[in-house]
Amino acid sequence: MLKARNRLGLVFFPAFDWAISPTHPEREERLLYTLDQVSEEGLEDIEGIEFFNPVLAKEEDIKRVHFCVPDVESVVTKSHVISAGGAIQAARALLEGKVDKAFAMVRPPGHHAHRVVYGDRGFCIINNEAVMLEHIRQSFGPKKVAIVDTDCHHGDGTQDIYWNDRNTLFISLHQDGRTLYPGTGFPDELGGPGAYGYTLNIPLPPQTGEEGFLYVIENLVMPIIEEYKPDLIVNSAGQDNHYTDPITNMNFSAQGYAKLTELLDPDIAVLEGGYSIEGALPYVNLGIILALAGIDYSHVKEPDYDPDKIRQPKWISDYIKRLCEEVYGKWLHKEDIARKMFDGSDFVRRKKRIYYDTIGIMENQEETIKVCRSCSGYTLIKSKCDLGYFILAIVIPPGACKECVEEARKIYEAADPDDYTGVYLQDRVNDEYKLKK
Amino acid sequence: MIIGLDVGGTHIDAVLLGNGKVIKKSKVPYASISMIEGICRAVDELLKNEGPSEIERVNLSTTLCTNAVLEGKTSPVGMILESGPGLDASFLACGEENVFLDGYIDHRGQEIKPFNESIIREAAVRFKEKGISTIGIATKFSVRNPIHELKVKELLGVDFFPVVMGHALSGKLNFPRRVYTTYLNAAVYERFSYFASAIEKAFEERGITAPVNVLKADGGTMNLKKAVSFPVYTVLSGPSASVMGCWGLSGINEDAVVLDIGGTTTDISFFAGGVPLLEPRGIRIGDYPTVVRAIYSHSVAIGGDSAVRFERGKLAIGPRREGPPKTLGGPVPTPTDAMILMGLLNAGTKEKAYLAMKELGDIMGISPEETARLILERMGDIIREKVEELLEDINNKPVYTIRELLYGEKISPKKAVIIGGPAKALSLVLERKLKIPCIVPENFEVANAIGAALSRVTAEITLIADTGQGYLTVPELGIREKIGREFNLEKARKQAMELIKERASALGSLSEDAEAEIVEESCFNMVRGFYTVGRNIRVKAQIKPSVTNLKIN
Repeated sequence: MLKARNRLGLVFFPAFDWAISPTHPEREERLLYTLDQVSEEGLEDIEGIEFFNPVLAKEEDIKRVHFCVPDVESVVTKSHVISAGGAIQAARALLEGKVDKAFAMVRPPGHHAHRVVYGDRGFCIINNEAVMLEHIRQSFGPKKVAIVDTDCHHGDGTQDIYWNDRNTLFISLHQDGRTLYPGTGFPDELGGPGAYGYTLNIPLPPQTGEEGFLYVIENLVMPIIEEYKPDLIVNSAGQDNHYTDPITNMNFSAQGYAKLTELLDPDIAVLEGGYSIEGALPYVNLGIILALAGIDYSHVKEPDYDPDKIRQPKWISDYIKRLCEEVYGKWLHKEDIARKMFDGSDFVRRKKRIYYDTIGIMENQEETIKVCRSCSGYTLIKSKCDLGYFILAIVIPPGACKECVEEARKIYEAADPDDYTGVYLQDRVNDEYKLKK
Repeated sequence: MIIGLDVGGTHIDAVLLGNGKVIKKSKVPYASISMIEGICRAVDELLKNEGPSEIERVNLSTTLCTNAVLEGKTSPVGMILESGPGLDASFLACGEENVFLDGYIDHRGQEIKPFNESIIREAAVRFKEKGISTIGIATKFSVRNPIHELKVKELLGVDFFPVVMGHALSGKLNFPRRVYTTYLNAAVYERFSYFASAIEKAFEERGITAPVNVLKADGGTMNLKKAVSFPVYTVLSGPSASVMGCWGLSGINEDAVVLDIGGTTTDISFFAGGVPLLEPRGIRIGDYPTVVRAIYSHSVAIGGDSAVRFERGKLAIGPRREGPPKTLGGPVPTPTDAMILMGLLNAGTKEKAYLAMKELGDIMGISPEETARLILERMGDIIREKVEELLEDINNKPVYTIRELLYGEKISPKKAVIIGGPAKALSLVLERKLKIPCIVPENFEVANAIGAALSRVTAEITLIADTGQGYLTVPELGIREKIGREFNLEKARKQAMELIKERASALGSLSEDAEAEIVEESCFNMVRGFYTVGRNIRVKAQIKPSVTNLKIN
């Protein structure tokens, strides 16, 4: 029998009894054919590939990342707790040394879930990667992590959560936001004052093919990761860049995804979107698994795969090349630009409108980040949504300085609950999570 | 009356059952004679005082196929494989010759690409040149649509025999295991056929007209005549016979653990809700993982004759056996010596056992009696740890639904059934360690032969219905037929319950009280765009494994 070069832990949880609605892309059938393919290939028998069941993410795991409004119990379903728990199990298997690589093939996805959560958007409620990461940072100590999001949609939730955290480098490759939900993820979105340049966006034009994706990985992502020197690389492995995906417009393939995985060489991959459930997922997932395990994937091809048909036009290649140069320039000069932008200010404020497409509500947010010389600074979020909530949320990040902790806690204590539907505190320094109404 | 025979590596255990009890039991060594002669000798001994017409059935568990595989006494096989996209299939090469086809059937059983037929014609020539007449055919996803396997068989024509097709052996998804299972079934076909006709002839000569059945690894039986098509099912049926024997002898109807403690190994099996637990994917024979349904059995290298040493301040038992127990002239102390000294086992002399324990006790600085007690304690601990480890593994097998993950049943043994030479001697210590009642059934020394005798026919089928495509497939029966859009889960269940009986009859005679049941079912709406285009229905049915009630016979 075959032997994997890297010991690979797989958490494969297709949630065959859960759907957003019967005909929704996030329905029971989504990973059915992937399981068929994985079973028929006999992956369970390959020496070095080990399967794990998800654990359940605990309430404190979720509170470490999110402000669920009104509370965790009201917005988070069992399926999401299991999906995030699947990611946690994958990461634990890795950090406990049971495996060399891990892949959480779980659903529903998570990368559209922001720090504040009113409900489901982009099929996500809680951010699987962030819940996983903060769980392992809590259990295994501080970690410098690079998250590379290769889902076709901008990983706006993950970006929001790690906006001001320079210990988490977030890079998203996605279809240009002018042509696809959620409509964000442009090169000028670069992070907050404490982590400017540690959020990087590479919006790709529709029809981008294997050449384009692999070019970005090889010529932009890998050099940046080499300079950043993370302890862990996490891949948000969405599979909807596939040429057969029904809700996007890209031309990527199973071979492409497998090569991307081999180049990026992530420690942990977490499945995100991907809704071509027959034409893509069985092959893309198999390609990613084999690439992670270090097994020959050259025969993993969709039945209708024709590289000539999905080749990107030359103008796209040229465009991507220029885009990579532009983004790399921003990475290179991030400290200078940050100094120019933030020096002299005490607070940096921005306003955001966040649309919850799945449940059809709009959120209006004002985010204020304290500019601090000794730490990344605390964050205040005032958020209002169509459901009638108006909250104040205070984030004290891990590693916050004594002054910031004190100041932020004072703001929490001083806030009048009558002015809001809820006042929330997320104190990562003291691992304390509070709510007053 | 029923005859039960378990052919082991060196001897045959035989029992004659009737009137609710064991009428006769015997052990026939057959090292110097052939297996068939051994079987005849065992039968003759059982029938010394009985007329052959009294016999209702003869059930036989044999190592013939297992040994043939392990010793390489198999026929040369020409393998025809089709792997389509996925893993590089070259690692699957087995048998004498391998030919790879270029077609592909996908996960839904849709023919994506037909194979080039000239490959088969060229292969036929090559096989003939090499004198290969036995063929195995396995294609990826053939359990979803067997047409490529059937087509290859048709193209090969009448020049080859036997031609074994993967889909007919199991409905499970797992292409590598299907390839190996197909290969093994083909490789032992000729040998088993010869054995079956020799047995038939020998029994006829003795006037035995009752049906002869052989035991399968899943603890069920199949008729000897019909078994010639499925010899691979008989591999490693020995441990399964013992488990079935424990079931028949002690009436397990809850979660339980079965321990078969031998000289060098202990075999551990489980019951879940009163039914033997099966291997999740199929049994492994030598280097070959297969899809052959089998009773779960895990071997641990510890037994009555395991060598005991005192190492790094700790008692180590096994994994090796250095020879017989010291009391019986062996080189090193063993748990058996401890049992003899403690008066738990009658063999050799207590004086010799005392010396064996003293040798070890002197090193440890304790009395021989204390040494003996510690050895058994340690043995109990090792077995308990292993049982717990296996349960942990079994209870964490992958699940795919939220319901199973949150509320899935876990196996938690309520009793232990222990057989094997040291069973009685160890039962008390094991009861204390496992903290559940430990039963050593009467006649346990022939539990294997009794299990063989009491086993009944089992069968399993997989029904896949895809109303989007309008097809129903039952690989084990070679069925692929059209269905209407209205076909639903209820209809699938009903059809599966009928077809399982058909499959059981294809393997043997189905007794009236045999129980058919649906073991797995699912129904997925297939949605393309925003419309439901059909249902994907999957149903597994089986004849419930069971043992004939010893008391009734």
